[in-house]
Amino acid sequence: MENKLKFLIENVNLYYGDSHALKDINLSIEEKEITSFIGPSGCGKSTLIKSLNRLNDLIENCKITGTFLLDGINIYKDIDPNLLRKRVGMVFQKPNPFAMSIYDNIAYGPRTHGIKHKVDLDEIVEKSLKKSAIWEETKDRLKKSALSLSGGQQQRLCIARALAVSPEVVLMDEPTSALDPISTAKIEELVLELKKEYTIVIVTHSMQQAVRISDKTVFFLMGEVIESNKTTELFSRPKDSRTEDYITGRFG
Amino acid sequence: MKAMIDKELAVLHEELLIMGGLCEKAIKNATKALLEYDLSAINTTIYTEIEIAKKERDIEELCLQLLLKQHPVARDLRKISSTLKMLTDMDRIGRQARDIAEILLQTDLSRHIRNTHIKEIATASMKMVTGSIDAYGDNDLQACEAVIEEDNLVDELFNEMKKDIIEMVLADKTQIENGMYLLMIAKYYEKIADHATNIAHWVEFSNTGKYKGEDIS
Repeated sequence: MENKLKFLIENVNLYYGDSHALKDINLSIEEKEITSFIGPSGCGKSTLIKSLNRLNDLIENCKITGTFLLDGINIYKDIDPNLLRKRVGMVFQKPNPFAMSIYDNIAYGPRTHGIKHKVDLDEIVEKSLKKSAIWEETKDRLKKSALSLSGGQQQRLCIARALAVSPEVVLMDEPTSALDPISTAKIEELVLELKKEYTIVIVTHSMQQAVRISDKTVFFLMGEVIESNKTTELFSRPKDSRTEDYITGRFG
Repeated sequence: MKAMIDKELAVLHEELLIMGGLCEKAIKNATKALLEYDLSAINTTIYTEIEIAKKERDIEELCLQLLLKQHPVARDLRKISSTLKMLTDMDRIGRQARDIAEILLQTDLSRHIRNTHIKEIATASMKMVTGSIDAYGDNDLQACEAVIEEDNLVDELFNEMKKDIIEMVLADKTQIENGMYLLMIAKYYEKIADHATNIAHWVEFSNTGKYKGEDIS
């Protein structure tokens, strides 16, 4: 079964001042699939994932050419950034809960989008926490500070917070690199579960993680996409020798 | 990291090549025992098989260590997984050479060499074993193809052997038991040729990612 295209990235170039960070990127991201971005530090994978919900807007001297289409809509022209970020959520490397209660962390997004009634908010909070597999651990302490949770729990809370505004795409920038193996396994399991409803793009430095969870893998090197293929194919029979050198640990 | 895995894979390659050499030694001695009824060759075959079995365990451990330590992917994973498969094939070659030698402990079959195709099937199987080990050592895909092709000849020779043995026992009923032994030996050679063919297929897989022409992950 062919999946629907979610993102279409065409001829994208991105500059931070004089530095050419992304070079002629052409890429498609399928709906309800997990796409991994891999590559050495500074290869452009985080820059690209941030471009998908316009987080680079805040960086001075950042210039982007080319088009990013989300369901055919140009995200740099035809959509309000706030609405874009509602449709395309993001989870970062380090868990970054707000210094407020667990409940308020989740309700924050929906409130900014105009949902005020407690009944509605209660429902969103419960649903989001359940989807993020953290409901059982938090249901009796929703009024406690989110900062009292463990690192792994905080990261699942951040995922719940991203889900609370009903996004279509969830971007994850190394979401498990600060977590222990058990928390990592929980997040991976969660991501696989979320793929039923959401399109997921994940930046990871763990080859094994990319193999375990993603449908498609994209290998970046010095601002370019070197190879993009089904994950099992890319890790079994890479077509480009630079991909093979990187994934087998012979890079550089 | 680079130096480490490359060094370990080089050791693995070398070790399997040594094991392949032992397989050649085992089948060569088993054949010598058969054709010349050479008792010391029987002995050498059995001792070589013991060495092969030990080598198999050592290499298997090396593979498991590499899987554990390096989490290999792509060509590295193919190298290690194909090594594990070839290990089994080489172990069987050794085992079947020993089976031939052990039959010869029971009986002298040298008088039946001339009136059957046993020498031909033995020679063809030995050639395939050598061919597959060389193909492995040199990563030679053409040599792999040649080995795979030769398996047809061995299959034909096995059918010839069946006819030879039927004629042999019809002519002289006292040779029924020897006929059965000969048939078993012919079958061992035919199986040895199959294992050599398997090795050739795994060498192809290790180098190209295709097994019998198909992509496997």
